[in-house]
Amino acid sequence: MIAAIGGLRRPDGAAKLTGAADYAADTPVDGVTHAALVPATVATGRIAHIDTAAAVRAPGVLAVLTHTDMPRLKTIGSPPLGQSVLPLQDDTVRYEGQPVAMVLAETFEQARRGAELVRATYADVAVPRAFGDGESVTPRPGLISGNPAGRVGDVEAGLAAATTVVTATYTTPNRHHSPMEPSATVASWHGDQLTVHESTQWVFGTQMALAAAFDLPADHVRVVCPFIGGGFGCKGFVWPHTLLAAAAARVTGRPVKLVLTRAQMFTSCGHQPATTQTLTLGTDDDGRLTAVRHHSVNPTSTFDDYAENATGGTRWMYASPAIDVAVLVEHTSRQTPTPMRAPAEGLGMFALESAMDELAYALRMDPVELRLRNEPAVDPMTGQPFSSRPLPDCLRAAAQRFGWSGRPAEPRSMRDGDELVGWGMASVTMDTFRLPSSARVRLQADGRTIVEAGTQEIGTGLPGVLTTIAAQTLGVDPGSVEVHHGDTDLPETSGTFGSSATMGVGSAVAAAATELRDKLDALAGTGAYPRRLADAGLDSLDAEARWDPAERGEGRSIHTYGAIFVEVRVDPDLGLVRMPRCTATYAAGRIINPLTARSQMIGGIAWGYGQAMLEESILEPQLGRFLSKNMAGYLVPVCADIGDIDVSFIEDPDTDASPLGAKGIGELGAVGVSAAIANAVFHATGIRVRDLPISIERLLNPVWDAPTPTTRP
Amino acid sequence: MKAFAYAKAPDLAAALAAIEDPGTSVIAGGTEMVNWLKEGIATPERLVDINGLPLDGIDARPEGLRLGALARMSDAAPVVAAEYPVLAESLLCAASPQLRNMASLGGNLLQRTRCPYFRAEVLLPCNKRAPGSGCAARHGETRTQAIFGWSDACVATHPSDFAVALAALDATVIIVGPRGERTVPVTGFYRLPGDDPTVETVLAPDELVTAIDVPAGPHTRASHYLKVRERASYEFAMVAVAAALAHDGGVVTDARLALGGVAARPWRLDRTEAALRGVSLDDTEALRAAVAASFAEARPLAGNAFKVKLAQRATLRALTTAGSRGMVAS
Amino acid sequence: MRFDEESEVTLRVNGEDHVIHLESRMTLLDALRDRLGLTGTKKGCDGGECGACTVHVGGRRVLACMTLAVSLADADIATIEGMAVDGGLGPIQRAFLDNDAFQCGYCTPGQVMSAAALIAEGHAGSAREIREWMSGNICRCAAYPQIVAAVAEAAGALGRTVNVTEPAP
Ligand SMILES: Cc1cc2nc3c(=O)[nH]c(=O)nc-3n(C[C@H](O)[C@H](O)[C@H](O)COP(=O)(O)OP(=O)(O)OC[C@H]3O[C@@H](n4cnc5c(N)ncnc54)[C@H](O)[C@@H]3O)c2cc1C
Ligand code: SF4
Ligand code: FES
Ligand code: FES
Repeated sequence: MIAAIGGLRRPDGAAKLTGAADYAADTPVDGVTHAALVPATVATGRIAHIDTAAAVRAPGVLAVLTHTDMPRLKTIGSPPLGQSVLPLQDDTVRYEGQPVAMVLAETFEQARRGAELVRATYADVAVPRAFGDGESVTPRPGLISGNPAGRVGDVEAGLAAATTVVTATYTTPNRHHSPMEPSATVASWHGDQLTVHESTQWVFGTQMALAAAFDLPADHVRVVCPFIGGGFGCKGFVWPHTLLAAAAARVTGRPVKLVLTRAQMFTSCGHQPATTQTLTLGTDDDGRLTAVRHHSVNPTSTFDDYAENATGGTRWMYASPAIDVAVLVEHTSRQTPTPMRAPAEGLGMFALESAMDELAYALRMDPVELRLRNEPAVDPMTGQPFSSRPLPDCLRAAAQRFGWSGRPAEPRSMRDGDELVGWGMASVTMDTFRLPSSARVRLQADGRTIVEAGTQEIGTGLPGVLTTIAAQTLGVDPGSVEVHHGDTDLPETSGTFGSSATMGVGSAVAAAATELRDKLDALAGTGAYPRRLADAGLDSLDAEARWDPAERGEGRSIHTYGAIFVEVRVDPDLGLVRMPRCTATYAAGRIINPLTARSQMIGGIAWGYGQAMLEESILEPQLGRFLSKNMAGYLVPVCADIGDIDVSFIEDPDTDASPLGAKGIGELGAVGVSAAIANAVFHATGIRVRDLPISIERLLNPVWDAPTPTTRP
Repeated sequence: MKAFAYAKAPDLAAALAAIEDPGTSVIAGGTEMVNWLKEGIATPERLVDINGLPLDGIDARPEGLRLGALARMSDAAPVVAAEYPVLAESLLCAASPQLRNMASLGGNLLQRTRCPYFRAEVLLPCNKRAPGSGCAARHGETRTQAIFGWSDACVATHPSDFAVALAALDATVIIVGPRGERTVPVTGFYRLPGDDPTVETVLAPDELVTAIDVPAGPHTRASHYLKVRERASYEFAMVAVAAALAHDGGVVTDARLALGGVAARPWRLDRTEAALRGVSLDDTEALRAAVAASFAEARPLAGNAFKVKLAQRATLRALTTAGSRGMVAS
Repeated sequence: MRFDEESEVTLRVNGEDHVIHLESRMTLLDALRDRLGLTGTKKGCDGGECGACTVHVGGRRVLACMTLAVSLADADIATIEGMAVDGGLGPIQRAFLDNDAFQCGYCTPGQVMSAAALIAEGHAGSAREIREWMSGNICRCAAYPQIVAAVAEAAGALGRTVNVTEPAP
């Protein structure tokens, strides 16, 4: 059972379980003014007129801000901004849902009503630009993680030499992060000091953006965020509502609270863009790859080039003399997309690992064997050595735990009553993002150890991880360690994204704790540290350290790996798929807290299930809007969807990545799941689904067809 | 949300008097009404809370069920589970435990379409919300829309699961108003969109639903509600089937079938019901042919042709499951 | 019968009476959070779609965002703030902690309130039953398997037997 798994219980658990943990919108503020946004109802055009009279007259309304009276903001560019367009600065409408006015009122109810009463009319409204209508272009630099294109060897020659070639196009839909906590900002000014309680994955990024927008030194802006109710990427950067709330607080001279509605969450903080990916794999008779080509195109806004780096994992996954990857973008009427768990590999590995499965069938080879045969000795594109590469261990371990060896290869060969049973697998990888961070550790004569780092807790269990690191380094009881976090007044840390926090902040805490230990050891006397402090007449002693990833790992290809095996049950008559069990084994550096690490992987797998089976945000082409902006229309998994999940880790400390040997795990779990499920669905049904999600209509195979008329009226 | 005035009705007469004023709406469990108020789908001046009225009885009698309009979904389900499995299943696969604790049976019948255009947080072209504004769904996203009985004015479906089960069991709705009491079969309670999709039921604005009657019969036990949806729970039906059968040694003597998720009202499969009489439940080919008989009139939209196939397969499945339940009795 | 746009209402929350003047359009969720300072109950969707706002009214789990506060005069309301036992974690909260049945914690108050009701309803008979009857509470962090384990463990601790080995959906 889970309870038997080792690892520190979450130190912040009690606060979260009793409702005491404060999220941004919970911040108590005296005399707070409530803000509500008025979103544009067209996708492209110009504001012809905004009638605010009725709103201004409505009970409780204090002010209505539009582009005509909104303070002008300065930009810092993106990132830290999620998009380059700042709110309420001009009359151009660039996407549906863009704020065109903001109402401020005494109560939430009055603000919301006021927003309903604002009437905007639009001119020059044009047909929205949809994905697929336009041209694919090379992205301009900016919002790109990694290199969008790359090539080694001669792919054409590799394909000519191949005896088996698989080419297919895979698509993934637009998706929304949909954290349970809607984004929220509570802003107040004291003179030219701005304090913001924000739901953010990056307090220091928020500080930077606000300081730039209002032309302040950074130390005039304090951003507080101890807890964040999930983000998954949509709170990684700074989006318009944060700037609006701060501006409104300045205009009204009162604290302002702006909480996005669930509908606004679909147009206010990015989304995962759809991708169309074409994969070509060629092999020789032994199943050794001779060529790999992976091209992806994704829609972005008309004003920013967000390139979803879907081909990333293909660069280092398999040995091949020739590899060609490229990402293009297409300008469409929508908000700028943003990374979403798991970006890049989370999308690209659906295509690559589906194509590998197709190749395995074409070669009549076991898909695990095919992957093992193409295991590279060095990074196939850069020639760099891998810092660690335990993918084969993951594949073998997970296959064994799952019981893969008895699998009949033929599709439709396993049944249970009316249900078709399928087993599928995929390899998993994620790039390793390493970001610098600082931390301070203080030991007090009263026996308590205080760890201080600006970072926010998003659910990864970072306070527990930092507690463990500090306790182990100093040799103190974890129960005596307190972690203070979520405040720009604390030492600067990077954002909680790119699965980087344990590495960055954890390494900084380890460094600070080590330095503190050295200082303590230098004190006279013997016995426990608190005792020595007291003997030296000190109340406390602290040390601050910064960890910079540049110190190590140079010239290494550093990634995390895993393997996932799933069983699906398909009701072939009704096109329904359920996943009763799955087994995954990961190699992701040293696991500092197995309890919370396991939870992260389980969460990631459930995310992958959502990607495979449920999630799709339809961008209505006529209206240029995300059609269903609610959680009954945008479906994420519920408890009944998630079956048994068996997660294990392979011991893989990687000191090229960080001195702790730790790497990132937050996104890894969400990678490969959709491919494993699609591969299992093929094994169950013989139907190859290359377009996500795997909805009913994609599986309604013609077992029998009643004589139905196909004529439409 | 517009401000409104609120009062709790002390008795039926007071509630009826209050709704004679066209600016007054009724609230029961509130799980629809509160959303409509938030989205501006409903903008009443006054809201009358009828939860204090003694309309929450759940009576199982030999001649059938009488279900009070204010009985909650979660309370009704266990009472009807043994004799009317189709009803209990339709209630328990709907919404979530919290919502079922709140939602009244009357309110459930009167819920409105989940058409994403209708439910949008802003006004989109939608004849149901703004008469004459057009129907954005007609040539837009039609995956979840109707395959039967739609018009160019509106292609939406009705989302209630319970109503589909009731329709299959020939239940009737008891209505009171200033003109007294009347009884309407569930199948006749709903109106197809025609030219005016704003009028969805025959309930007049000054009337209240007080109860639902479900006649007993040999078919109610051999019944089943099959809900097809991609998320395993907490999702509306893509397609749903209520099936109730009487049979003699496996030969159908009486079949009642209604579909959900395919039209603006629960869709009875009259032709199939007729064709099933005398068919053996083991004769899959004959069952298929009987099911297909009702689908000649299906009119799928651009994005939902799959629902024609899906609905037939679901019907066949529901029939078989319902049939297996009756075997013991005969 | 008098219709009022605003009124004085006594809300009995966790056994304590609060007299507040409120607009009829105010939901229980906003009343708890904005007027009573009980911010443990969360707003995830404000539309009945997520379960984050789950509280108990008259001992039943309901959604505070779908409830008008004005309609609850004289009702017994219980929120997460009232779930502690002797100032410490109650058995359900303890089981959530031990099983790591949450991550960001935002859905957690709603999960705990739902779990408490589920056990009282007698719906903790098997893992499958728990999965279905916890499905009204979305956890985007997806701590679902741990939630099921926690509910089963808490139900056991509270004297109900659970068959946890039953296969998944
Ligand atoms: C997220 C979500 C998911 C859902 N999923 C499902 C599902 O899967 N299947 C399903 O069937 N339903 C589902 N529902 C709908 C739910 O069942 C209904 O909201 C509920 O049944 C409505 O009942 P209520 O008492 O709350 O109605 P209210 O909101 O109180 O009222 C609804 C309407 O009925 C009128 N009304 C209520 N009672 C009477 C009466 N006695 N006489 C006259 N008029 C009356 C009201 O004036 C109003 O117009 C879901 C709802 C939500 C929010
Ligand atoms: S289908 Fe009906 S409800 Fe939907 S947009 Fe058209 S008119 Fe409105
Ligand atoms: S906030 Fe009430 S259900 Fe989501
Ligand atoms: S713990 Fe984050 S949503 Fe459930």
